[in-house]
Amino acid sequence: MKKIYKDASTALDGVLFDGMLIAAGGFGLCGIPELLIDGLVAAGTKNLTIASNNAGVDDFGLGKLLATRQIKKMISSYVGENAEFMRQYLSGELELEFNPQGTLAERMRAGGAGIPGFYTKTGVGTVIADGKDVKTFDGQDYILERGIVADLAIVKAWKADPSGNLVFRKTARNFNPPAATCGKICIVEVEEIVPLGALDPDTIHLPGIYVHRIIQGTHEKRIEQRTTRKAS
Amino acid sequence: MAWDRNQMAARAAQELQDGWYVNLGIGIPTLVSNYIPDGIEVTLQSENGMLGMGPFPVEGSEDADLINAGKQTITELPQTAFFDSAQSFAMIRGGKIAMAILGAMEVAENGDLANWMIPGKLVKGMGGAMDLVAGVGRVVVVMDHTSKHGESKVLKSCTLPLTGRAVVDRIITNLGVLDVVEGGLRIVECATGVTEAELRAATEATIVP
Repeated sequence: MKKIYKDASTALDGVLFDGMLIAAGGFGLCGIPELLIDGLVAAGTKNLTIASNNAGVDDFGLGKLLATRQIKKMISSYVGENAEFMRQYLSGELELEFNPQGTLAERMRAGGAGIPGFYTKTGVGTVIADGKDVKTFDGQDYILERGIVADLAIVKAWKADPSGNLVFRKTARNFNPPAATCGKICIVEVEEIVPLGALDPDTIHLPGIYVHRIIQGTHEKRIEQRTTRKAS
Repeated sequence: MAWDRNQMAARAAQELQDGWYVNLGIGIPTLVSNYIPDGIEVTLQSENGMLGMGPFPVEGSEDADLINAGKQTITELPQTAFFDSAQSFAMIRGGKIAMAILGAMEVAENGDLANWMIPGKLVKGMGGAMDLVAGVGRVVVVMDHTSKHGESKVLKSCTLPLTGRAVVDRIITNLGVLDVVEGGLRIVECATGVTEAELRAATEATIVP
């Protein structure tokens, strides 16, 4: 069992095909798999459907895959930070499926947990419910949402050990664990690969069973909205 | 005379109760954290995966791995906990968050809320708003009572696509405070310098005694 690969292109080799569904971790630009996104740009895989909470900015994150027209469809909750995204969407080049943020996270979690669908009250009475099964439990309406099983999950963590056990850092965890679990194959990029035994088993956020390939690299970790206060 | 943004935020802060877990939306709701009353301890949730949100960092100590749901750099507190997005919305959907304070474009007398899309205009997405209004214990909306053109935003029924159906409990505007009750809205109070007649005149929704 050898999970460590030398770089993004090597780790992505053999798992990519045109038209595939990819689940990506990250919230805004925080905790995004920036090296694997670069790897996808280099590989040139086309007609991608990407389930990701956001779509990056014009020159960073998933925005790079939009610039190269590799994305056919996005499944997201909020896409407001990307001018090229809006241009492609308004011209009809890009499909967009809005999911409420919690529904998107739960679709990934459920897909990874072998649950093909679940009922939620999120979106009842809104356009999100259009065409979906509605069921009443204890007098309250719920709509049926489907679990997502992705062909590939691309994820960013802070540290991994060689068996794929992962630790995330602060709010960079976000969609990464649910995205990781819903991938038939999951590739993780980390800032540091530590030796076996270096991670306390009680503090592992995601066990290595979900992780198939690991790369280590340097991350830009761009800040989208730098806000500060005066030192008192 | 009416309340300004900060006065609306200060009024909304009076809704907080000791020990509550609360989610604050973007805009005026974010200002609420500046007015938390003395003796009241609340824990702020950020739906990207954090409980116990602290203030903005001092310049030079920003951390790219530590942001709020508005993607702004923030800080942690001694009681902070981090978790993933599925867990975050499990606590929202599961009713563990006592209250959300959110902005709105329109509210209706039955508690319908519209705050995510204007047809024909650029739609950025609902983010976590639909999950929040469906899941949290109490939804308080903070908004201007009327549009720039003077039209009421407190309506008999919303004209914009909904974020949630019958989800709002209390409305705080620049003109006053109204509760969603059986049959319509009930006036709780008028803003400083606003008469009940003025509040009624600016409200399209049915006002009940």
